[in-house]
Amino acid sequence: MKIKSQRDFWSGVMFMLVGIGFAVGATNYSMGASARPGPGYFPLLLSIILAILGGIVLFKSLTIETEGGDPIGHIAWRPLIVIVVAITVFGIMLPRLGMIITIPVLIFITSLAGDEFKWKGVLINAIVLTVFSWLIFVVGLSLTIPVWPPFMTN
Amino acid sequence: MDLINNLMLGFGVAFTVQNLLYAFFGCVLGTLIGVLPGLGPVATIAMLLPSIYALDATPALIMLAGIYYGAQYGGSTTAILINVPGESSSVVTAIDGYQMARQGRAGPALAAAGLGSFFAGCVGTIVIAAFAPPLTELAFKFGPQEYFSLMVLGLVGAVVLASGSLIKAISMIILGLTLAQINTDVISGTARYSFDIPELTDGIGFVVIAMGVFGFGEIIANLGQPAEHREVFTNEVKGLWPTRQDFREAWPAVLRGTALGSILGVLPGGGALLSSFAAYTLEKKIAGASGRFGKGDIRGVAGPESANNAGAQTSFIPMLTLGIPPNAVMALMVGAMTIKGIQPGPQVMTSNPQLFWGLIASMWVGNAMLVILNLPLIGIWIKLLTVPYRFLFPAITLFCCIGVYTLNNNTFDVYMTAGFAAIGYLFYKLSCEGAPLLLGFILGPMMEENLRRALLLSRGDWSTFMIRPLSAGLLIAALLMVVVVMLPSIKKKREIAFVED
Repeated sequence: MKIKSQRDFWSGVMFMLVGIGFAVGATNYSMGASARPGPGYFPLLLSIILAILGGIVLFKSLTIETEGGDPIGHIAWRPLIVIVVAITVFGIMLPRLGMIITIPVLIFITSLAGDEFKWKGVLINAIVLTVFSWLIFVVGLSLTIPVWPPFMTN
Repeated sequence: MDLINNLMLGFGVAFTVQNLLYAFFGCVLGTLIGVLPGLGPVATIAMLLPSIYALDATPALIMLAGIYYGAQYGGSTTAILINVPGESSSVVTAIDGYQMARQGRAGPALAAAGLGSFFAGCVGTIVIAAFAPPLTELAFKFGPQEYFSLMVLGLVGAVVLASGSLIKAISMIILGLTLAQINTDVISGTARYSFDIPELTDGIGFVVIAMGVFGFGEIIANLGQPAEHREVFTNEVKGLWPTRQDFREAWPAVLRGTALGSILGVLPGGGALLSSFAAYTLEKKIAGASGRFGKGDIRGVAGPESANNAGAQTSFIPMLTLGIPPNAVMALMVGAMTIKGIQPGPQVMTSNPQLFWGLIASMWVGNAMLVILNLPLIGIWIKLLTVPYRFLFPAITLFCCIGVYTLNNNTFDVYMTAGFAAIGYLFYKLSCEGAPLLLGFILGPMMEENLRRALLLSRGDWSTFMIRPLSAGLLIAALLMVVVVMLPSIKKKREIAFVED
């Protein structure tokens, strides 16, 4: 069998897998009856509907002709990985090292996601954004964000 | 006249120095993110939610509202000048607006968009003020059955407006509803799908999903596309004033756009996006052979721009009167109200009249500010368009990260957002839309609660939803919407409306 729409095929697979996963999970919770629905009632209902819908999307992707096979196209691995890593590093560093160190690191890593990387521009961007964030979020809005590493403030 | 009294109260609240300042700040920020492609009101409002802890409820909501309708003004500038929609609701504006700019008529196009939006904004404000009280009264008659049926109608509405495949949009809604099941069951106290991770027992924050899918997912998608050559018509914006001929053509389009937008905004699932698409289609149909659509017809700018602003404003009606968000932005507004300890729903109008009427009046004030911000001061925004994306996306990433972290001062949320960034990009690649997912996610817990309460009251009898007339009416309306969209002739038209141009 030939896939006629790649995007729909993988969407269908995604919906079905999530639906089946949640349905299996729902069996751990009490169903109750429709007069007294338990915690598992609504999730099971939804996940079954989701799995069925996923099946329909999948079926359509195999039967209905689309122009050029509706390909997913190339995946932008570089920005994808860089951005996900940058956010994670931000989460790890911020409580431990404070924003004055974390923000330049975040800007540096994030800038790697683009096509061009110019040291001067990145450096200026990092300094401007660090000062700006400190002024807006810490001074202006007085949000509780660690500014300096805890070992320096103690 | 109650209406006049109420509006007087509202203007009294809106014209305090503090509220004027926040309205202004919201409008500036809204225009800013509207002008910048790749950053929309959903991500921005999500980013700013933590900052409103420090504010009073009224200025906070006035500011957030300003961002939403301000973005409708700013989005048209980018669409007209560089043929890139600054906002998803200005997609159709780019078609004729950019052509006008190429013919050296960027000024009249911007003026038509700005003045049309202002007119629509004024009408929108009056529509809210006039229709909110009667709707509120109706809402007090609502039981859990009606609420459940109304949410079904809302979700179906969201599907109809989704631009891609119908069935995928429905699946995304259900996916959103399913993701919302990761929480602690309200009635029995059972933790569901938490995998013994304590943070998950409170559920996934909707800001996490909004930020991941709409903020980061977009950035990754933008970076994945080859850098395109942008032709910016920055020097050519001279004469702003439209000619007499322009006026004659534009004003009926503004009227039609405003009327259409006001109606479509109130519909569950509606708002700015749906309104602008519909208005463009309408203008094209009415103009018939005399239209120069696609070649720089001013009606193609005036109609959709008026419609999206009217729609942006009237979409506040279901949120303010019923507490049910018709779109993702309104869902964030509900979140903002909850943060400030206000339970959204029909009681807001009576328990917080200052907030309610102040917010409405501030919309008119904000629209007046926006006309000034966007027409005489257009030069500032044009300069912004020359800032390269390589400076912008690290800044957006940073603000999103800080926003997520400060919401609960919790790094777990940051890690979750990283995950949703990847999921957001996956959705983009699979052409699955994020908006229905987010709406489903937000309505999920409300729907479950009302469904279970209704079933409890009726002792498990599902027919309760059809016996109560109001509830039955809403469900039938939802069913009709599905049937109409499924009809072969309409289905074809719908596909054309979204695909064309």
